[in-house]
Amino acid sequence: MALATRPEPRTDKPAGRRTDTRTPRTALGRLWRSTIGKKTVMAVSGLFLLGYLVVHMAGNLKVFFGPAEMNDYAHWLRTIGEPVVHQEWFLWIMRVALLVAVVAHAVAAYQLSRLDIAARPVKYVHQRRRASYATRTMRWGGVIVALFVVWHILDLTTGTVNPNGEHGRPYENIVATFSTWYGNVIYIVAMLAVGLHIRHGFYGAAQTLGAGSASRDRALKATADGLALVLTLGFLSVPIGVMTGIVE
Amino acid sequence: MNLTLRIWRQSGPDAKGAMTTYEVSDISPDMSFLEMLDTLNEELILRGEVPVAFDHDCREGICGACGMVINGQAHGPERTTTCQLHMRHFSDGDVIDIEPWRAAAFPVVKDLVVDRTSFDRVIGSGGYITVATGSAPDAHATPVPKAAADTAFEHAECIGCGACVAACPNGSAMLFTSAKVVHLNSLPQGAPERETRVLDMVETMDAEGFGGCTNTGECATVCPKGIPLASIATMNREYLRAIRKGA
Repeated sequence: MALATRPEPRTDKPAGRRTDTRTPRTALGRLWRSTIGKKTVMAVSGLFLLGYLVVHMAGNLKVFFGPAEMNDYAHWLRTIGEPVVHQEWFLWIMRVALLVAVVAHAVAAYQLSRLDIAARPVKYVHQRRRASYATRTMRWGGVIVALFVVWHILDLTTGTVNPNGEHGRPYENIVATFSTWYGNVIYIVAMLAVGLHIRHGFYGAAQTLGAGSASRDRALKATADGLALVLTLGFLSVPIGVMTGIVE
Repeated sequence: MNLTLRIWRQSGPDAKGAMTTYEVSDISPDMSFLEMLDTLNEELILRGEVPVAFDHDCREGICGACGMVINGQAHGPERTTTCQLHMRHFSDGDVIDIEPWRAAAFPVVKDLVVDRTSFDRVIGSGGYITVATGSAPDAHATPVPKAAADTAFEHAECIGCGACVAACPNGSAMLFTSAKVVHLNSLPQGAPERETRVLDMVETMDAEGFGGCTNTGECATVCPKGIPLASIATMNREYLRAIRKGA
């Protein structure tokens, strides 16, 4: 690159340059320090959470087969791995893994967002609408989903804020939640946010892990759209089922 | 045609800048965008004002020196360099906003000129190959597969203009860095530094204050040389491979 007006080489540190220049010794340390490494952590944790959501959504559909089958299924979840592992241990291992994934995902997202915002200190005067809605809402969409998860656990896991809140009777608790207007509103908004998050997140994860190529681009985008659509519709079918009286 | 220009004027790196409005008249549709700015500068000089500073060199779209954000788009509405953008893509009476590249790693020097030496430091950290000194080797001493040569050439087209950084909402240099990494890592000549190249260039890229990639695709959309977005995925793959190999 030739410069007509070539500036003198800077001797001072430009404002944007990072100051933590210590090189970590381990591969994991090096990975976590780089932007690509943090994105990799986000991609792996995100794909793990996506896999969990697929299973969770499929399990939710049990609600359409009546209270007995739903509650039996919910009870079975506590017995997975028996007799090798003690009752509910699998459930707790899963919960810890999910928590680790969510924390890693959120911490990496927060740190990367800080770097990204710092990398553009002066905004353009002439603003154009950039990228798709799903892409632009990743950060706040993620926050909405995180807040929803807190409510969701208090509602259907601990039963603290559930209108019914009866342990061992998830079917009745689900119906109770979706019989309230706010339960439906919170859930539907959150599921739309989840769908948008997956739409860009799956595609981004594939790129970050190096699966993207010019010939695979369309297939990856179609898979991301398909996953987002199936998951959102699958999750939304439960409140819609309760609202329309199919589930009662 | 007659145009209203709103140009970012900033007298020095630490001075406070502002958008300043200028009127230009009798602009030919056959002029390049830079020739239109030359016309403005001639008028400014005649009026005794300070002309607008902007980078330019070859004016044939191969050097990457000229770069400005026109109406919020790096290099303007056409996918080309600013020098190859012609005024026929604008209409009489248009208001055109002209701003410098905006990124922490590209501090403004004056008006539309930014300091892009951060790119040079990224290149310096790994954009090279090791060769034996002495007489030139035979042309066919190292066979290069046709597919590898094509990939390398596609990425060697990068002129380092910085439009990718300017367009990215995160001011990320992933497309630029990936162009050089993919270019040299595709070739047998680049094989000895395959791992250290990607690790060092990414480390420098991060240290220079460029943001991370969020896969918006804005960079590849504005790239005047058509560096594909998939190059970023290839660089990610190379990076993770290098980490695994413990280079």
